[in-house]
Amino acid sequence: MLKQVEGSIAVAEAIALCRPEVVCAYPITPQTHIVEGVGALVKKGELENCEFINVESEFAALSVAIGASAAGARAYTATASQGLLYMAEAVYNAGGLGLPIVMTIGNRAIGAPINIWNDHTDAMSMKDAGWIQLFAETNQEGVDLHIQAFRLAEELSCPVMVCIDGFILTHAYERVDIPTQEEVDAFLPPYDPVQVLDPADPYSIGAMVGPEAFTEVRYLAHEKQRQALQLIPEIAEVFKDVFGRASGGLIHPYRTEDAETIVIALGSVNGTIKEVVDEMRDDGMRVGSVSICSFRPFPLAELKETLIGARNVIVLEKSLAPGLGGVVASNVRMALREAPLPVYTVIAGLGGRPITVASIARVIKGAEKGELPDVQFLDLDEEVVAQEVGRAAETRRSGPTAENILKTLGAVSAGRH
Amino acid sequence: MSKESALQRVKFYQTGTHTVGNRLMDEDSRTVQASMDRSNAITSGHRACQGCGEALGARYALDAAMRAAKGQLVAVNATGCLEVFTTPYPETSWQIPWLHSLFGNAPAVATGVAAAMRRKGRNDVKVVAQGGDGGTTDIGFGCLSGMFERNDDVLYICYDNEAYMNTGVQRSSATPPTARTATTPALGDAPGNVFGTGKNLPLIAMAHNIPYVATASVADLHDLEAKITTAMDISGSRYIHIMVPCPLGWGSAPHDTIRLARLAVESGLFPLFEAEHGEVTQSNKIRRKVPVEEYLRPQRRFAHLFRKGHEDTERLAALQRMADVNIKRFNLLAERESP
Repeated sequence: MLKQVEGSIAVAEAIALCRPEVVCAYPITPQTHIVEGVGALVKKGELENCEFINVESEFAALSVAIGASAAGARAYTATASQGLLYMAEAVYNAGGLGLPIVMTIGNRAIGAPINIWNDHTDAMSMKDAGWIQLFAETNQEGVDLHIQAFRLAEELSCPVMVCIDGFILTHAYERVDIPTQEEVDAFLPPYDPVQVLDPADPYSIGAMVGPEAFTEVRYLAHEKQRQALQLIPEIAEVFKDVFGRASGGLIHPYRTEDAETIVIALGSVNGTIKEVVDEMRDDGMRVGSVSICSFRPFPLAELKETLIGARNVIVLEKSLAPGLGGVVASNVRMALREAPLPVYTVIAGLGGRPITVASIARVIKGAEKGELPDVQFLDLDEEVVAQEVGRAAETRRSGPTAENILKTLGAVSAGRH
Repeated sequence: MSKESALQRVKFYQTGTHTVGNRLMDEDSRTVQASMDRSNAITSGHRACQGCGEALGARYALDAAMRAAKGQLVAVNATGCLEVFTTPYPETSWQIPWLHSLFGNAPAVATGVAAAMRRKGRNDVKVVAQGGDGGTTDIGFGCLSGMFERNDDVLYICYDNEAYMNTGVQRSSATPPTARTATTPALGDAPGNVFGTGKNLPLIAMAHNIPYVATASVADLHDLEAKITTAMDISGSRYIHIMVPCPLGWGSAPHDTIRLARLAVESGLFPLFEAEHGEVTQSNKIRRKVPVEEYLRPQRRFAHLFRKGHEDTERLAALQRMADVNIKRFNLLAERESP
């Protein structure tokens, strides 16, 4: 059914349609509306047979989900930013135990400095925790990916993170087609666990493993992700058959045939990028884009196939590996090791900074002229940076960087008025 | 035990401590441990040290819990000695469904198991979570407090050996004053752990108003099993804190484990009591009160208190005062003193 609805509420309704049996809630902006939404559906009786548990931390939220999943229940929670870091130990644990928990990340920056706005630093911090990581481009895809996530998680017995951009998606009111219960039931069979705590068939889960078997256990976790490379497109195909629209899959290439420059990104910014691509194509420029939907497993082969033939590859990413540059870009380079191409890293949108059509177009033109540096920070205020670097060089006790920069900006804007 | 049970029956020689005495008692009064029908939740072959109080405590506790739950029990374990010595891959001593996740989250994991069982219509399946004192009073404290305040249907058992033994005897918030650990060495003017620190988890549990809190000791098997049985008959959050001597960490002889556990109780340093909804309902009376010195002296972790010619009388007196405060607070001698 078509609805004009907030992204978080649409996700909450999608979660309810998947009939989770245990949902753990702990508030953190910008994810909070999702668990509030699920909680309301439980309280109203619209989501039946579900334990909605208000816990005392994100660490507990995922830990409750771990217990519930190991006991054979379909378990769900949601978090963001600091919350994901706070539960980090449990994130790796759920991955290591192979428990098919589904968790939404309302992507948000990580402090310090504290910042509630969108970027992908949170998800990237957990990219190697053994979870499948799917990134939604739109709220419609956010809804659809969650429904696919439960099926994917349970078929593989592997946890899945569905990442939706904080505020940009979670708080945006958009038209979303919410499927019916019948459709979801037809697509998503009841959870049939591969391992379960059962007094009739007792075994130990989470035993101590030494050097004699640890590598094999880790290898199988890697192998499972490789299986997911097959399964993700298959599930997306089935989804299309049942629901009548394409959603999910590994990557979404856009006008990449014959493209000389291809921009790669994750999540909602792909909407803006496509707009730039269309404008530039209208001007006769051979530009395309790729939205990576599945960041883990990383679709090396599919990317290589799509990128081959291009002259420039630009990775526009909302994450930063300080001391290296790009996180996504490093992964993309791995896809191109047999067909080396220049891969430019553009760090953009950190802590919620808007990524504009004009800035993206400038970057693409810069790449085509060969003027783009290896790593660029999009719309970096170089004057402010220079001022702070200068100040720090002058005074030993120069004080906190973030606050100094805010003061500088305050003085500048006061001068303008 | 039903015939369909997946458990192996115990051998006669495994029927445990006090077997002979038990056979002279009424059948109803005998311990679970003394019965060949006990579940043997943790079977032999594990790798605990000789004289391990935790291995004993856990077996008593879980076999009693298994009987109370009619075999329908799931155990969740925090990281620690109990987890490590029972499950060196691919071997396991657990004959019941058992889950280990992390050091600090056993209460929350147990909450999840209990919630799942409820949703699966398995109200007959009971959930026990367990950890050492580090996993309970320190790193797992947040999750434990959360589990308590939500009154989740879990029995949490803390096996308290008063330090982080698995990592090599470091101080926890359950380590007593003056005790030597690797991080409170017997050096300087006031060797060992300091006074005025640490927390009393049974009292903190009571402050959550949960239905049942009890302390127990491996020196009193009947009492321990009775408290587990009582706890298993109650719904909601329940907490049992069992003192389990650790020969390695305490510097005591393996054959002294039971004796030291008894002396801890009889000195008043470890009071045995039960509480319901935040109120103490019963305390075990001390039969023969002993000075704390009798408990402390056999343990090398307190050896610096008894150096020849340099007895630390001041701090020994302070430890005695702690015991006396407990005796008064929990009314441990009341029956004898009343006319």
